[in-house]
Amino acid sequence: MTSEPSVVEVTLESDLKNLEVAEEIVHRVAGTAGFGEESEHQIEMAVHESMINAIWHGNKNDASKRVWLRFEVYKDRLEIHIRDQGIGFNVDAVPDPCAGDNLLKVSGRGIFLIRTFMDEFRVNHVPGLGTEVTLVKRIDPTHQAK
Amino acid sequence: MSMKATIRQVDSVVVVDISGRITLGEGCTQLRELIRDQLSKGNKKLLLNLADVSYIDSSGIGELVSAFTAVSNQGGQLKLLNLTKKVHDLLQITKLYTVFDIHDDEAKAIGSFQKA
Repeated sequence: MTSEPSVVEVTLESDLKNLEVAEEIVHRVAGTAGFGEESEHQIEMAVHESMINAIWHGNKNDASKRVWLRFEVYKDRLEIHIRDQGIGFNVDAVPDPCAGDNLLKVSGRGIFLIRTFMDEFRVNHVPGLGTEVTLVKRIDPTHQAK
Repeated sequence: MSMKATIRQVDSVVVVDISGRITLGEGCTQLRELIRDQLSKGNKKLLLNLADVSYIDSSGIGELVSAFTAVSNQGGQLKLLNLTKKVHDLLQITKLYTVFDIHDDEAKAIGSFQKA
């Protein structure tokens, strides 16, 4: 049986100025969940990159649209859901930024960093609602020590 | 805190002391304009001191790559100085650590330009 998570939920205007708002929430939630400084920074970066994807690529930088964030703290993990109002993307089509000619490309590292820093990364397009990414970081003694 | 940059000349090298955030938006734009401005003045030996950079995101990393390419394409050199652990780790993860010439001693970094 899974116990009920502790939940923080917020809806933000689709504006880059809200990146720092999201980071502040991450700081508080990750601290409460018991993550150490390094893990907290990794979660912060993953949320930052996901927010940029949501604002720029999902909502096309349209400030009238919204980005919805939900943080769920379970005993064994932190689950973060970030939803935009866009049409989604094929995560498998995102090229490896470390491969060959991609290494010196200016963009294309966001998803790679999210995948590197989080234990799970899922993308789900919900017709009529938008695209939701789910980020999971497990809480274990290793994370808490870092 | 947004990005701040202070420029000083040491011998033939322009040292740029950067602090704050190099992130999508203002920070990246500032860095791009700074590099463009230095190249337009004929300054092609650039050393970016990142000691006080508190945060860099994927766009900031991309901006460093863009700066490196722009300077190299004009026959110049762009090197990095005093990476924080966070920036160091990011460059390792993205395999850019071997692309950039990275130093932790300013005098030696300056000297490496003169030999080149």
